[in-house]
Amino acid sequence: MHKSILAAGLALALATSAQAADQVKVGFMSTLSGPAAAIGIDIRDGFNLALKMSGGKIGGLPAEVIITDDQQNPEIGRQIVDKYIKRDHVDFVTGIVFSNVLLAVAPVVFDSKTFLISANAGPSLLAGEKCSPWFFSVSWQNDGTPESAGKYTADKGYKKIFLLAPNYPAGKDMVSGFKRYYKGAIADEAYPRLGQLDYSAELAQMRAAAPDAVFFFLPGGMGINFIKQFSASGLGKQVTLITTAFSADEDIIPAVGEPMLGIYNTGFWNHDLDNAENRTFVAAFEKEYGRLPSGFAAQGYEAARAIDAAVREVKGKLDDSEAVRKALRANTFKSVRGPFKINRNGFPIQNYYLRVVERDAKGRITNRTLSTVLKDHPDAYVEQCPLK
Amino acid sequence: MHNRLVVGTLLLLVAFPLAAEHWDQLFYVSFATRILIYALAASSLNLILGYGGMVSFGHAAFLGIGAYTVAILMEQGVSSAWVSWPLAVMVSALFALVIGAISLRTRGVYFIMITLAFAQMVYYLFISLRAYGGEDGLNLAGRSHLGFGLNLTSDLTFYYVVLALGVTCLSLLQRLLNARFGQVVQAIRDNEARMEAIGFPTYRYKLICFALAGGAAGLAGALLANQSGFVSPNLLQWTQSGTLMVMVILGGVGHLYGGALGAAVFLVLEEALSAYTLHWQLGLGLVLLAIVLYARQGLAGLFVGPAPGRRSTGG
Amino acid sequence: MSVLILEQTLNGLQFGLMLFLLAAGLTLVFGIMDLINLAHGSLYMIGAYLVAAVVQATGSFLLAVLAAMAGTAVIGVLLEVSVLRRLYTRDHLSQVLATFALLLICNEIVRLIFGSQPVMLSMPAALAGPVQLLPGFSYPAFRLAVIGVGLAVAVLLYLLVGRTRVGMWVRAGASNREMAAAMGIDVKLLFTAVFGVGAALCAIAGAMLGPLLAVQVGMGESILILAFVVIVIGGIGSIRGALVGALLVGMVDTVGRAFLPMLLRSFLSPAVASGVGPALASIAIYVLMAAVLFWRPQGLFPARA
Repeated sequence: MHKSILAAGLALALATSAQAADQVKVGFMSTLSGPAAAIGIDIRDGFNLALKMSGGKIGGLPAEVIITDDQQNPEIGRQIVDKYIKRDHVDFVTGIVFSNVLLAVAPVVFDSKTFLISANAGPSLLAGEKCSPWFFSVSWQNDGTPESAGKYTADKGYKKIFLLAPNYPAGKDMVSGFKRYYKGAIADEAYPRLGQLDYSAELAQMRAAAPDAVFFFLPGGMGINFIKQFSASGLGKQVTLITTAFSADEDIIPAVGEPMLGIYNTGFWNHDLDNAENRTFVAAFEKEYGRLPSGFAAQGYEAARAIDAAVREVKGKLDDSEAVRKALRANTFKSVRGPFKINRNGFPIQNYYLRVVERDAKGRITNRTLSTVLKDHPDAYVEQCPLK
Repeated sequence: MHNRLVVGTLLLLVAFPLAAEHWDQLFYVSFATRILIYALAASSLNLILGYGGMVSFGHAAFLGIGAYTVAILMEQGVSSAWVSWPLAVMVSALFALVIGAISLRTRGVYFIMITLAFAQMVYYLFISLRAYGGEDGLNLAGRSHLGFGLNLTSDLTFYYVVLALGVTCLSLLQRLLNARFGQVVQAIRDNEARMEAIGFPTYRYKLICFALAGGAAGLAGALLANQSGFVSPNLLQWTQSGTLMVMVILGGVGHLYGGALGAAVFLVLEEALSAYTLHWQLGLGLVLLAIVLYARQGLAGLFVGPAPGRRSTGG
Repeated sequence: MSVLILEQTLNGLQFGLMLFLLAAGLTLVFGIMDLINLAHGSLYMIGAYLVAAVVQATGSFLLAVLAAMAGTAVIGVLLEVSVLRRLYTRDHLSQVLATFALLLICNEIVRLIFGSQPVMLSMPAALAGPVQLLPGFSYPAFRLAVIGVGLAVAVLLYLLVGRTRVGMWVRAGASNREMAAAMGIDVKLLFTAVFGVGAALCAIAGAMLGPLLAVQVGMGESILILAFVVIVIGGIGSIRGALVGALLVGMVDTVGRAFLPMLLRSFLSPAVASGVGPALASIAIYVLMAAVLFWRPQGLFPARA
């Protein structure tokens, strides 16, 4: 049966005279400056590692990767993507860290019939009604990780929660995801401006609200500052910190140090997950860069491998978008996170794990996986997506 | 000689996109459109800065207001250019009238500071408008509808429309400056006390000039919203006002083509240099410093000579 | 509730005093030499970077602050002698553009040396914990230290400017430059010295705010605008005005960030209230600035005769 499908496919290919490309062009735009630069750098490093491991080729074809810095600015992001599409004629756009930048550039990418492979941001807006056949995520939908944190919080019996997230699309997704699984009392909520670094006002609010735990989502430098200031304020005696991997991973731990110990967080991956792909990845990353990979690095790594697998699957015929889409949807590669499927809205169906920050056998402060909180978990918006 | 240079440039501008299309470099048409839009914005600033002697540090606000007018109208379902563009001009001019009415009662450095204050107020106003994106900005569903078979979605068509508008505005500016109104405004710039003594209502002339410039910036903003398909409060930041001032001084304060020349040089330099190095702003800073210290008349001044009637110090 | 008010008051005080450190240098420069200096924020950034670099090299926060003060003062003086001196006789537009150029140049040079990622600057370990002020209310020791340093500098400046001969020259120069020069004061040297002191104050502010915020390129821009608001409200050339203006702006900003969202929450959703609250507070600050410029342009405590 395989052979006849292959024959039919070849015939179709010849009939539509889809040309095999001689090169794969990828536009890699990420946040490489500012307080969240460590995230973009991790994604880039993971992506480059995968590229290196496949000999600088994607799907067997020579690859040209154009790396730019969006400076966490949606306006600049748009101008860069304009160039990617109109001047460089890229085949894939990837690497974007922030949801507000992604939402600003998505229309441009989709209108030009180019594939957007998200290696981080997963705004709910693109998961439901506005889902696009040109969008694929190798990371997560924003709500997934906080949903698992919400479940953990509810299971653990916390009664009064203070919510803290930045005032932008991803921040809102994080809070709604948390509230979907945690149904207890909310002591108070605060939504600082994206990029705000001084939490004196929010900490005072927290003290007045007297919660038993705080759930916060503060990416990059925001998280670093908050955890340091929280520990300096003395609130740690009465209040527990619960967060997502985005504020407790290898980009945050070196900057904060000991105050990180004991923070429970949830995420889709950890470097101690026991499968062959992951072992290979972590070992190669440590060898190349001298540090443990964060979830962001794993995302970058997977983005490259997803594109590589898809290009290989269509044998380089990138003109045939339908075939590329099918290949991306089928995700014919083994993921470092274990079970991994792509849903019909382009977002993953995967597990979410509970982790805690502690010292490992080598004395390093890092995350240890404790349990699986949500198994084969799809996102909450897929039912509203009209795509098949 | 001057006229031949102008005509030659115009022919080049008309022929450019056709050549770009031929060589499949359509991206540069979109880039050139951006230059034309900033040329209009910088020229509107030149009107009040160079010819009016009013150092406004909040001009980006009018650019932003024009852009947001188009974006908000489109969000509400109104996408006809015949409605949103004139409305953008009028709303910006109105804001300029109000801001100018208050600011022009002050002088010198206080005027600079108060225009900055008003621009910041408008900036924070747009940040607080969560319904229209707030700080994350707002995507436009598409370009404005012009009708008459002119589809602005085509970069080529859009370029020619912007070129036509830009040329019209610049020639209107020239007419204005040569007419009585323009002559009075320049005379006020040179010596306000004398003009007051003669009996001119200097405040009224300056205010009208300020409002006109605001309206023109509003038009540039409307076109910018169409060109980038995206508006955000970043358009109104004080550093953007600074950039507009840099363009004007680069090109030549008080020269008719100073704004246009400065915008072109600035944006081309930015594009060319940032391809080589992340640190292109270092070069820009050095060039700007050199011009302020040694070549006060800007590039136009180097080519054409000092603008007529400019006094050497102001403030 | 009273603990909340007390804590937010301390926060406002802390922020206001840091603004004062920046505004003090700026107002003297503006007042005596009539120079709008947009590169003042760059001195603050350079100060913070120097502190971070010296802390990394030596591990001593105190040493780093002293070294940064000296280093920034030297850089400030060099800037003044080479570039800024030529701008005193020029119009304000030229000053704005030239110092804007300096701002760009400083940003890029720092980026060249230190890169685009923020640099780590931690609070000194001794001050990293909380201090119990009242039963059930602890306040970060470092922030108390910031308040302490700010108050100490304010007192020192008051003594210096109000009670010494040098201070008298400074006040004379701010009041009427030509007259002061005519009376025999070496205005040129005075100004270089004032500029150096202003730069050192920027370095202190950078050292104090660096651990709380982030040491990164462009950190000067946002605080520079607020510093200008402060000196306009307080009165150009007046240290006392800078202090009052800074405390006022600091309080309005903190109250806005803290209490306005709470107020607005009664009829808006928390997310919207959190966005509108701080924006309203910022708008209020600029309305205040515009009002002062319109009705009393010399500010609350005018220095000019």
